[in-house]
Amino acid sequence: MNLMNLTAVELGKKIKNKEVTAVQATQAALDAIRQKEKAVNSFVTVDEEKALQRAEEIQKRIDAGELTGPLAGVPVAIKDNMCTEGMLTTCSSKILYNFVPTYSAQAVENLEKAGAVIIGKTNMDEFAMGSTTETSAFGETKNPWNTGHVPGGSSGGSCAAVAAEEVPFALGSDTGGSIRQPSSFCGVTGIKPTYGTVSRYGLIAYGSSLDQIGPIAKDVTDCATILEAISSYDEKDSTSVKREDYAFTEALVDDVKGLKIGIPRDYFGEGLDPEVKEAVLGVAKTLKDKGAIVEEFDLGLVKYAIPAYYIIACAEASSNLARFDGVKYGYRTEEYTDLHNMYKKSRSEGFGAEVKRRIMLGSFVLSSGYYDAYYLKALRVKALIKKAFDEAFAKYDVILGPAAPTTAPKLGESLSNPIQMYLGDIYTISVNLAGLPGISIPCGIDSKGLPIGAQLLGDCFKEKNIIRAAYSFEKTRTYMHSPLA
Amino acid sequence: MKNYETVIGLEVHVELATKTKIFCSCSTQFGGAPNSHTCPVCTGQPGSLPVLNKQVVEYAVAVGLATNCTITQYSKFDRKNYFYPDNPQNYQISQLYLPICRNGSVEIETASGKKNVRIHEIHMEEDAGKLVHDEWEDVSIVDYNRSGVPLIEIVSEPDMRSAEEVIAYLETLRQTIQYLGASDCKLNEGSMRADVNLSVREVGSKKFGTRTEMKNLNSFKAIAHAIEGERQRQIELLEMGRKVVQETRRWDDNKESSHAMRSKEDAQDYRYFPEPDLVPIVISDEWIANIKASQPELRPQKLERYKKEYGLPDYDARILTESKHMADLFEATTKICQKPKKVSNWLMVECMRLVKDQDMDVEDISFSPVHLAKLIDLAEEGVITGNVAKDVFEKIFKEDIEPEAYVKEHGLMSMNDEAELKATIEQVVAANPQAVEDYHNGKEKAFASLVGQTMRATKGKANPAIVNKILKELL
Repeated sequence: MNLMNLTAVELGKKIKNKEVTAVQATQAALDAIRQKEKAVNSFVTVDEEKALQRAEEIQKRIDAGELTGPLAGVPVAIKDNMCTEGMLTTCSSKILYNFVPTYSAQAVENLEKAGAVIIGKTNMDEFAMGSTTETSAFGETKNPWNTGHVPGGSSGGSCAAVAAEEVPFALGSDTGGSIRQPSSFCGVTGIKPTYGTVSRYGLIAYGSSLDQIGPIAKDVTDCATILEAISSYDEKDSTSVKREDYAFTEALVDDVKGLKIGIPRDYFGEGLDPEVKEAVLGVAKTLKDKGAIVEEFDLGLVKYAIPAYYIIACAEASSNLARFDGVKYGYRTEEYTDLHNMYKKSRSEGFGAEVKRRIMLGSFVLSSGYYDAYYLKALRVKALIKKAFDEAFAKYDVILGPAAPTTAPKLGESLSNPIQMYLGDIYTISVNLAGLPGISIPCGIDSKGLPIGAQLLGDCFKEKNIIRAAYSFEKTRTYMHSPLA
Repeated sequence: MKNYETVIGLEVHVELATKTKIFCSCSTQFGGAPNSHTCPVCTGQPGSLPVLNKQVVEYAVAVGLATNCTITQYSKFDRKNYFYPDNPQNYQISQLYLPICRNGSVEIETASGKKNVRIHEIHMEEDAGKLVHDEWEDVSIVDYNRSGVPLIEIVSEPDMRSAEEVIAYLETLRQTIQYLGASDCKLNEGSMRADVNLSVREVGSKKFGTRTEMKNLNSFKAIAHAIEGERQRQIELLEMGRKVVQETRRWDDNKESSHAMRSKEDAQDYRYFPEPDLVPIVISDEWIANIKASQPELRPQKLERYKKEYGLPDYDARILTESKHMADLFEATTKICQKPKKVSNWLMVECMRLVKDQDMDVEDISFSPVHLAKLIDLAEEGVITGNVAKDVFEKIFKEDIEPEAYVKEHGLMSMNDEAELKATIEQVVAANPQAVEDYHNGKEKAFASLVGQTMRATKGKANPAIVNKILKELL
């Protein structure tokens, strides 16, 4: 039996039932990683020794009856922008090539409390800036469905690790689609929760007002279970929201009768690959057949989302990434003449091209004389987008659309044309601007053999609506393992 | 030469007296080994996030209310971006767009009367760490203990016209803030810092001249000197037909002069934008009312109370209430010995004399009120003479000794024994026949000289009343 074929919840059940030990599960993950890493390169760091040691401790606590949750003993991979105490955390950047945090992110701590075993840290676009995982300083990750293609990004390492079945589940982060888009490219499921649901404490910030951590796994059941484990109100994160209800698994109900689903016409226009369109409309049909009320509508403002997003995210990033200066931690240039020269050389040598591009863009839009024209205007667009969604959610419980305009592009195709790459985020970024929850689920395979993903959006704090719709859809098909699985 | 008017506005930074930092729970205590009061937040570790200390808001609002400001009930933090190693994130969390307090004023009093100085705004921000440059090793080291210590910046309108007004304004601010308990406001330790914006213009002109900003002013004396110096410098430039350049200047206390640090042309673009890691601060009417209600007695009320409750003259009450620390010392001592006028005399005369002699700040007086109260009792009961009491007070002031034990240990009790004193006085009389003769010839001074000789012989311990009595008998 290949333990990594199982979902996280299935594996957790076997561990609970003493069919498998946590150590065996961890060993299975480590073996799979050893076998597949060369082809997929989804990890930056794998800590075998610590993982096995931790698995043993967890097993003892399971045996003692102290750990009974669904994730106890299940191996997990963490995107490399979440701090892990004592374990290298690089953001896939040279500038943090040697950074070992003194503390763990709250989401990671919550997972550890649930008894999950951290195996290692996954590759990503440098500082989560990119949609292909090609901007990593440690080599690109490949798509387990076809290693000539990208896995998407920026959580490409986490999604590829799940699709290649190196681990049953992983954590990702989503600032403009970084969980949902690679999930769709890799044929796995990922949730970006409502802003404020999962603590950002310990998540190395890209765009602070947009960043959210979320689960990536094989199915909706896993994702709901993991989300339940990592969500918490955290006093250390001022933007954390004290929610009334964290019981996401209660929404795992195969019933969409009367559920109102809106299909934004704007999401199905020019630029959308016909195969993707057909598959996503297929989801609508399936849900309609199961009793949902499906209706088309005009969302509006879609074309403004991309510029607004890149202004806000880059502005915040230009400030968030200022702390990487060679003074306190991380990379420092070897030779320098004075303080300014050290800053300049350390940052020039430590950051990659895409990160520099976004820092420059962000610095520019915040400059005196430009602030009103760019940043303030972008904030106004953000407010209008939120309003458009508010109006839509007054009518619909769920909005359905594609997660990305195409399936995974070939390696090397995207970076040469950043504008094209930015346009690929068109369906995902509005969700971050509005702070909404979104889920990406596999819904088909295109003629190239690459997975297609559909995206379901809900109103703020209404994860249960999208979990229920996604779960109901998922019940109509079987999970497709990637060729590398 | 034309007639010039000086126009001055102040930016005053005050370190708030919270126990913990503004955005984390690290201690704000001064001293401590380098980087011992730090955590991921105040050292700018990746992934760390700020959480606002509520006490900072309460202090800022209290200062705003005491300076007649309008409280901004929907206030926000902004990031001020600049690179420097004492600033671990390379941005400072401050307030630009929606500062917590606006449009206030304080009344100041100078020789030429009373006037109002308007306050433009008060905003909250975090302090930076400290850089230490080791010339010997050719390295710079950074200590983040101060990083994240809460500050408020009080920005005045350009309403002051002289160094005297500036000092009066600063004294008033300091007094108010100390009374609120929001800060100890020590200029020499940097818990209160003032930057002076100064320009000159011809008397009668409505337009402001080009201003300069002066930094690094660590005492009232430095501020007064810097203002005078800068005023002269700008007038000289204008008289020569040259222009004042808008720039930041640094005061050098040793050289008693300032030099240009940076001009407006190379001023940094701080790229301010709203801090996305913090939520807006919403201050309800109720919260403001609570802060108002818990406001301690401020100076004007205290002054009136001292006159009424303790029957002190206006002069005494003014001096005692000038500093909250002095007033606290007065009240604590009076509570123990119940002799307000005596306590007031000791504090105003002997204590202030020593403060001046030692070139100290009133805030640094550190003796225990219990000891002063005891000393007053000892003197009142005649256990020690007035002369001895002054010496013992100096010991209390400098070393905070317990006076009763000290007096006993050093045998300083006054000599009240008539027989013993008579023997000493007889010796004095025998040794000074000339003085005795002078006395008999009607020279009153001679009597005083004999008393003095007796006191000297008893090291000041002789009870003066008894000495007078015996001496008269003997003569």
